[in-house]
Amino acid sequence: MKPRSKLALHVPAPSTRPGDKPDFSGLQLAEAGEARRPQNDAPEAEMRDLPYTLIRVLDDEGAPRGDWDPRLSPEVLRRGLTAMLKTRAFDERLFQIQRQGKTSFYMKSTGEEAIAVASSMALGAHDMCFPTYRFIGWLMARDHPLPPLINQIFSNEKDPLKGRQLPILYSARDYGFYSLSGNVGSRFGHAVGWAMASAYKGDDKIAMGVIGEGTTAEGDFHEALTFASVYRAPVILAVTNNQWAISSFSGIAGAEATTFAAKALAYGIPGLRVDGNDFLAVWAAMRWASERARLNLGATLIEFFTYRAEGHSTSDDPTKYRPKDEGAAWPLGDPVKRLKEHLIALKEWDEERHEALIAELAEEVRAAVKEGERAGVLGESKPSVREMFEGVFEEPDWRLMEQRREMGV
Amino acid sequence: MPEMSMIKALNNALDVMLARDPNVLIFGEDVGYFGGVFRVTDKLQEKHGATRCFDAPISEGGIVATAIGMGAYGLRPVVEIQFADYILPAYDQIVSEAARLRYRSNGEFIAPLTVRSPYGGGIYGGQTHSQSPEAIFAHVTGVKTVIPSTPYDAKGLLIAAIECNDPVIFLEPKRIYNGPFDGHHDRPVTTWAGHPGADVPEGHYTVPLGKASVVREGADVTVLTYGTMVHVSAAAIEESGVDAELIDLRSIVPLDIETIIASVRKTGRCVVVHEASRYAGFGGELAALVQERCFYHLESPVERVAGWDTPYPHAFEWDYFPGPARVSAALKRSLEMPA
Repeated sequence: MKPRSKLALHVPAPSTRPGDKPDFSGLQLAEAGEARRPQNDAPEAEMRDLPYTLIRVLDDEGAPRGDWDPRLSPEVLRRGLTAMLKTRAFDERLFQIQRQGKTSFYMKSTGEEAIAVASSMALGAHDMCFPTYRFIGWLMARDHPLPPLINQIFSNEKDPLKGRQLPILYSARDYGFYSLSGNVGSRFGHAVGWAMASAYKGDDKIAMGVIGEGTTAEGDFHEALTFASVYRAPVILAVTNNQWAISSFSGIAGAEATTFAAKALAYGIPGLRVDGNDFLAVWAAMRWASERARLNLGATLIEFFTYRAEGHSTSDDPTKYRPKDEGAAWPLGDPVKRLKEHLIALKEWDEERHEALIAELAEEVRAAVKEGERAGVLGESKPSVREMFEGVFEEPDWRLMEQRREMGV
Repeated sequence: MPEMSMIKALNNALDVMLARDPNVLIFGEDVGYFGGVFRVTDKLQEKHGATRCFDAPISEGGIVATAIGMGAYGLRPVVEIQFADYILPAYDQIVSEAARLRYRSNGEFIAPLTVRSPYGGGIYGGQTHSQSPEAIFAHVTGVKTVIPSTPYDAKGLLIAAIECNDPVIFLEPKRIYNGPFDGHHDRPVTTWAGHPGADVPEGHYTVPLGKASVVREGADVTVLTYGTMVHVSAAAIEESGVDAELIDLRSIVPLDIETIIASVRKTGRCVVVHEASRYAGFGGELAALVQERCFYHLESPVERVAGWDTPYPHAFEWDYFPGPARVSAALKRSLEMPA
């Protein structure tokens, strides 16, 4: 027996910090096409290898590989690319708008656009997504008009949420997009309950819950997985592992010990680990899991492996805690660039059309922002102060009526 | 009219609603086949089927979270938290989600769920089966908090809560599940038999949320209370010989402020009674409202009778519990009578 050493507390730390060269040599990434694709009605016990591999379709040359290739038409691929570029154009413009002092706060989805866009397109119009704040691509893929989003960001008199919510914490029921909140994780179980309700009613709708890798440490994550497993809820539970929770690397959430997809094993549901920067892989995994759910075979946990290419929010400066050029060094590349190269390889796209589309989308966003600015940027206009007192309950009680009168509104 | 205990009346309310509305379903720890540790869901699974009334994992946060998701879908879930002492893991869901969903989504999504939970002391439950947490819900705007004191009210209020489009915390005073309790723990236990509040119609009816009940009219002092303490206060009024007006609030959100004001303006004195600890308890809000609205009618300070500011102690249950002697003393102080 080895002599015992003193106990020592382990505090995880990333391998690189500001000033260091980005280093992703520790990542074990399967090749495109390497991960096997079981039938989606196979027993969970026969797929326990999947949480430890990485489902990738597009190889480095933009060619699709392996059984997970969803064989999408060029038209669908172009729609996906358009929604991703629109998300990026929107993020770029609205980030600047915040920097110009026209709103209080903004959060970009940069680098993660494929996850929201492919999920949105792979699921049905009546399914419901319980998103994170990096899921605006879901709305772009469903052609949500831009001006209401901008009015919400400005909290102006046309804000559909009546000035009650922080910018980008949208709600869009008709687009299958559940009300966002700044508390992370607390809607993960709602997705399960919503899915249980669909099953209870004998409907065909499924739900998608989304959570960041950092938030998998919350009880909400484990509670949701327990209920999803126990009641075989028709729900897809997605972890967007973008490596960073504000300044905490994924090791602080447990990534040194195992994968996030492998958390599924303890709950007896399939766990897929998917290249989140690969539009085709995201689509294929979402379709696989959604068909399984609609077969009444229950939930799937999917880890989308990606990288948060920008700061957490407009209030964050990632150069304070990670190498400045880490995003550019991400070995799985940029999701927009990869889908573009795939379409070009298919001879269904070219640089000229790509540049023209970027210009067209920038103009569309610019025009929508102008329209929002006409209604007023933050502080220039706002909904009636009466709205502050509405919607607390179905009918305001005497307190709210008295307080409204006290405000003189 | 049939005579029912509060347990039977609550069971009957759930039975009526399961039969009436296919969107109503019940889940919680041990509520399915077994029928709940207090038997409130007894035989509901057998009668209505396993998907209408079923067991949940020991996960209060998960129970309320899934209920919110179901409510967003269009169901009316009724969940049981086995003891109100166990509700805290669900507090984030209640505060950050259920109470805010309508407001933040501008009505796109609502959370019409009912969270039932036995609460309060007097059952030798120690600190983890005896607490009265109503104030932590009353402080959260967006949820309603309801507390019945009789079988008739329990059924009517529960049906109103289930039909309400806002989230409702429905606290059931478990000491009076099987009979009224006047606070004299050393006397024989009484049942609901023969009590006027135990006459409960079989079918559907509601008792509106936010409407207090004047249990006893009186001229000299107003007693504001709810739950078990309605019965304790009634005993104290009788024993002290004070001509008090006894008001059972029935819900603390929404609060029937008009009935409170009218009574205190009439009597000029007020005693607030609850089991929960005194400091920052709901009695503080009641005292503040009374002084704001009735100050020039008051002839003496508002008195508070409450649990002490300690955890709920096992061996000292009857020292902690604000029984009829403490209520009587407060009534007399209010009337500036010798104790």
